[in-house]
Order: sequence, then C-alpha cells, then structure tokens
Amino acid sequence: MSGFKTPYPDYDVLEKRDSPSWNEQTREAVRQRLEDVPPRRFLSEEQWTLLEAIVARLVPQPDREEPVPIVPWIDEMLHKNETPGYRYADMPPMREAWQRGLDAIAAEARNRDGRSFEQLPPDEQDALLTDIQRNRVDKQIWGDLPAGGFFLHHLLKQTVGIYYSHPDAWSEIGYGGPASPRGYARLGPDERDPWEAREVDVA
Amino acid sequence: MHGLVRTSATLGKPGKSTLLEVEAPRAIDGRAPDVFRSGAWVPMRTYSDSEEVDFAIVGTGAGGGTLACKLAEAGFSVVAFDAGPFWRPLEDFASDERWQGGLYWTDKRITGGADPVELGSNNSGRGVGGSTVHYTMIALRWRPEWFECKSKLGYGRDWPISFDELEPYYEEAEEALQIAGPIDYPWGRRRKRYPRRSHPVNAPGLVLARGCERIGIKWSPVPLATLSSPRGMAHPCVYRGFCAYGCSTNAKQSVLVTFIPRAINAGAEIRDLAMVGKIEMGKDGRATGVHYHRNGNWHFQKAKNVVVAGYAIETPRLLLNSKCDQFPDGLANENGLVGTHIMIHSGPGVWGTFDEQIRQYKAPPCMAVTEHWNYDDSDKKDFHGAYAFMSQGPLAVGWAQCVAINRGLWGMKLREEMTRYNHVAGLRIVGETEPQHDNRITVEDEKDQYGLPIPRMTFSYSDNDKRLMKHSIGSMKSVLEAAGGKELWVDDDTSHLMGGCRMGDDPSDSVVDKDGQSWSIPNLWVCDGSLFPTAGGVNPSLTIQALACRMGDRIAEMAPRGEL
Repeated sequence: MSGFKTPYPDYDVLEKRDSPSWNEQTREAVRQRLEDVPPRRFLSEEQWTLLEAIVARLVPQPDREEPVPIVPWIDEMLHKNETPGYRYADMPPMREAWQRGLDAIAAEARNRDGRSFEQLPPDEQDALLTDIQRNRVDKQIWGDLPAGGFFLHHLLKQTVGIYYSHPDAWSEIGYGGPASPRGYARLGPDERDPWEAREVDVA
Repeated sequence: MHGLVRTSATLGKPGKSTLLEVEAPRAIDGRAPDVFRSGAWVPMRTYSDSEEVDFAIVGTGAGGGTLACKLAEAGFSVVAFDAGPFWRPLEDFASDERWQGGLYWTDKRITGGADPVELGSNNSGRGVGGSTVHYTMIALRWRPEWFECKSKLGYGRDWPISFDELEPYYEEAEEALQIAGPIDYPWGRRRKRYPRRSHPVNAPGLVLARGCERIGIKWSPVPLATLSSPRGMAHPCVYRGFCAYGCSTNAKQSVLVTFIPRAINAGAEIRDLAMVGKIEMGKDGRATGVHYHRNGNWHFQKAKNVVVAGYAIETPRLLLNSKCDQFPDGLANENGLVGTHIMIHSGPGVWGTFDEQIRQYKAPPCMAVTEHWNYDDSDKKDFHGAYAFMSQGPLAVGWAQCVAINRGLWGMKLREEMTRYNHVAGLRIVGETEPQHDNRITVEDEKDQYGLPIPRMTFSYSDNDKRLMKHSIGSMKSVLEAAGGKELWVDDDTSHLMGGCRMGDDPSDSVVDKDGQSWSIPNLWVCDGSLFPTAGGVNPSLTIQALACRMGDRIAEMAPRGEL
C-alpha cells in the first residue's frame, strides 16, 4: 500500500556497528534504543493508545512490519520529566501540557462526531490533526492551552525527533550516522566514502 | 567509585538514564579527570571551604574557564565552580544526537516575550567548559568599528574598550586555541597568520563559495577552533560532524581541553557538579564568598573576590538571587540594569535542494562564511547593524525537526522530504539584534531543584531587527539561487546570548566597568557574554575569551597596586 521508496535500499547503518565508525559508548546508546524499549509508566492506557494512533499519522510506517517505537520513548521522557530546558510562557510545564493536550485531542474527536480519534478513518484523523496544528479548535475543550503550540513544540517535535533517532530512519535517508573515531575522508560534492550510503535512482 | 558514568551495567534498565549523565563529582580528592587519557587523572590542588581563596569563579565556560587559567597562572588561588559535570570526552561522548542531550542546561526556565527564544540545546551548555563543549568552533573577531559603533556607525552603543586594546588578546586566544584559518582572511584589520592551516571546505561550504563568487561578493573558509594537525595528545579533526553534540576525539579546542587543563596545572581547583546559588555579602559591602550545592548539601566557600561567569541568563540570575537587606534589588543593581538589554543573534536560514549530493552530516557544520554585510556601510541597507552567514550542517534529528516545525510537515510528506536530506544545503545568519531594555532576565517565584528562583527570559525583536532579518533572507536566497539551489524555503532560528550585565564607562548606565569589575561592589566581577553592550554580527565566543584574557592581565596588574 505504501509508495514510499528510499533512495538507499542497500544501506543499513547498523552494518557499521562493529566498524571504526562506532565507539563503545555509541554502540551502547544505540543498543539500548533498539533492545530496551521502555514500558508504560506515565501516560494512562487511554492516552497511550490515543498517542499511538496520533503518531501513526505524524510518522506513518506502512512500509514496515515492525514500526520504529515512538510512544514508549515519549512516555519515558515524561516519566523522567526530561525537559528541553525551557518552557514557553504561554505553556504549562511539560508533563501537564502533554496530559492536557492528549485529553483535549480525545475530547475534540468525540465532540465532533461521537467517535474516538482511534476510530476515525486516517483522512479524518489527518483533518483533525491539521485543525489542531492551525488552532481551529474548540476553546471550551482546550482552555488556555495553545493547541498549535502543543502540536508543534511537543507532539510533532518529539515524535519526529524519536523517529529520526532510530537507525532504520538513518538508513532510509542515507545519513552517515555514528562516525567516531573514524569520521570521513571525502567531504566534497558527490564524494562518498565506501562506508557511506550509496544512492540509487528511485524515480 | 567516584564519578561513575552510567555504562553497560546500568544502562537500558527502565528508570535509568537515556542521556549522557555523570552521577557524582569527579574532581575531588586532589585529582581531576585527565581529558586526554581514558581512565587517567591529573593531580589537582584543592581548597577547603574555610580557606579564603583569592578568586571564586562561578562558571567554567568561555569566560570563567579562560579566566580561571589566567588567574591561576598569574599566581592567584582560584576555585572555579560549574553546575555541570567534568566530562571525559573520549569515554563519555557518543556519536548520537539524542544521547548527547545531557550536554545542555535543562534546569527550569521560562521563555517569553513576543519572540520567545529557544533555550537548552540552542544556546545553553552545562558542564566544565560550558557551551564551548557543544559550540561549532567559529572563531571570528569583532569588526574593529563595532567597539565604537555609536560614534563610527551611528547605531547601538560604544564599548568601553577599543579594538586596539583587545587585539593582542584576540591573538592570545587564537594562539591558545590553535585556530585553523586561511592565510588571507578577507575582512577586518590585517592580522598575523592563524596558528594552523585551514581545513578543507566541505560540500555545504563550497555551495556558499560558489554562490558568493557568482554574485560577486567575498567568502572565506571559517577560522575554526578545531585542530588541523596534531597537538599534544589531541589528534586532528576527523570530520565526523557531531561538533554541536560534543567532540569525542578532542580535536575541538573547547575550554574543557585547553584552558581547564592549564588552569589545573597552574593550581586552580575545578569544582564540578557544584551549583552556586548565592553570593554572600559582608557588612563592609564586599562579597565574602559563595554558597554552593554539591553532593546533596549546601556549602560556603570563602573568597576575597567573586567572579560571575554563568553566561547571560545565569549571571544576572545569580546577582538577582543574591539580594539581601543591604542590596534588596540584587547585587550590582543600584541602577536596575542587571538582566536588562539581553541580546541574541537572530538566525533565519534559507535552504535549497541541489542536483549534486551534499551530505551535510560531514565535517564541522559551518566551514564557509561571508561577512560581506558585516562590513558593508553603503546606503543599500535599510537597517542598522550587521550580519554574517555561514554554511550549515544539521544531522538527522536536527534536520527532521527543522523541516517538521518550520514547514509544518508531517505524515508521508515528511518522510519523503527527508529522503532528500543528502541533496540539501543551507545558509544561516548570525544577525545582530539591538540592545533593548525590556529584553531581559528576571526571576520568578517558582523554584528549581535547588530551591532557587528560576529565571525568565523575555525577548522581542525590534523593527530594526526585523528589517535586518528580511534583508538577510534576500541575500541568502540570492547566494543559494546563484549556487544552483532549487525550491528554496526559509526557517526561523536564533543563536547565542549576550548582555544582561553590560560593561561601560558610566556607572549610571552600566553594571560593570571595562575590566568587568562591578561599580558598586569592588570585589565582584563579571566575565562572560553578559558583558556585551552590543551583539555584533559574528559568534561571541572568541570575543568572550579575549575579554577574559585581558581581564586576567588587568587583575594581575591591579593586585600589586592594591587596587583589588
């Protein structure tokens, strides 16, 4: 069903794991990301399920049998309260923003046609998320939480950040990934070291 | 075991860190980490809290770390505090954007105003070496006229110090960092050659070069604080591209691997994971030392002088949080200027897609620059001030978040757009913003994990700032287009923090004098980017380090004359 094609079909960044491009601490950081996917500890079951459905629209992965896990790492961040080091003056603290934002999305969906967000077909889910992104929401539901701000600075930023922290995502965009102690020898345009992704014409 | 880093034994279990983190102070018991050798230590002199040291320095970044070295080498007793860890780059740092999130200052802060500034990873480091641990190593001097920009260029404020006075200290800082730069840097006063040869320019840098040449303006390889040949135990840059996430090879000449080892060798103590919360004042109106939090408890270090070097948010915050009966509005704040006139560098960027493969993850992110509009005084500009722009090198996560947030892209559109990553190149300015009184740091009632009032930064662009950004976007577009870029788009970003404790000649109009000495408390000093009266159009670190080098010499001159 997916027309998605990577220009780097024969590149797997993990093949470099035991090469001089990865040091021990990087191997450990990535191993943990792949193997120690954390359990649910912060979000409620309902919030978790809702977030799974939202994330599946923000970064759909129809081409993968096993999608890159995203929600467990958001839950982990919230559980540990790992903030980015600031909060916008019009936003509540991070944990509260997520709790209120997710609950508002659930209420917004139910309020529109009585179905939960998860029950909506994908195009209606996208339409609802677009409305939230553009602040076209029910103020009664959202109160003083800025819907568009929550969407961009929390929901989308974290979802995208976690997805593109995964080696599968690095491989699909042809990103070199870890590069220490061996960096790169060829730096110019159209130059590629043998340990970099080879691009093929997907057109 | 001291200073244990979470390694395989503790990693990955739920509840454990998923970020770079150091649990306990490492610089204790008469030794400090040897940043050049895995698992090794160097001897370090340590002082007891009751010993009245000559200088307690709060912060070990470009300002505090540099000054700690200068003062220790001049024979003063020095304890330099840092709220963050003493990193061992060779062992601690991974090649991973997410993991390296532990490098940044993530304590509670509020950001507001009409144009709230992103803090954290954007401009705030945490750890010995400060933000130089994650900076992009751009080592540019101020344009000489910027020190007199009111008198000579008709805007902003004059600095209390001239380029002539600072020039030898720029040279000293460049020598200390072994800057790799071109033989002929096209802008500024004629200078002696850079200590090391220039690095080869990467593909994104060559895009800037090609575009500039085609529209007829000058460009240059960026003088960089990363080694182009071996230096002692450090080997040259391997072009791994993770500079903004910490250098795991020590090629980067951060304060952590340059001035800090020198400081320790000269007898300074570096006190890591030690958060200073208050400066104590004596009845005679002089500072008597600092209260700091380490290993779960508050301690008090006696000192003859206190230097605040926590960068443009933490420095004003500490002065404000140190208020007492004698100084009810905070220290050095009789005129109400502490925390005011905070500046950033505006940073709109322009991105384009190219036929050739760029692969912008390779090598330092900013390898080519044009300072054309820093030195253009023609009437073609519809704004006051200056900007430079550099080539860019975002990694996967940074790039994905930039695309998603600035363009509001998500879904399969985002994944498809991301597959063009290797064909993208971009430019971004370091754009001067005006010093405005209401752009400022204040403290809130809300407390952080130490029980200290948290800072709020309020920032709004002026009309002139907006005209400058608009002009720069036009310039960057013309360069990228001339270079062959297609489907150009613009993003919005910022960098750096400056001001908040500006220096000046007039006690009624500044917080400290040209030596960083506060007007009202003679043994209280400031040494960091908060000194800046104006923001200029280049990265601030080299100027901070030049000021710190000069301040070290000034203090060494003043001491024997009894002027401290």
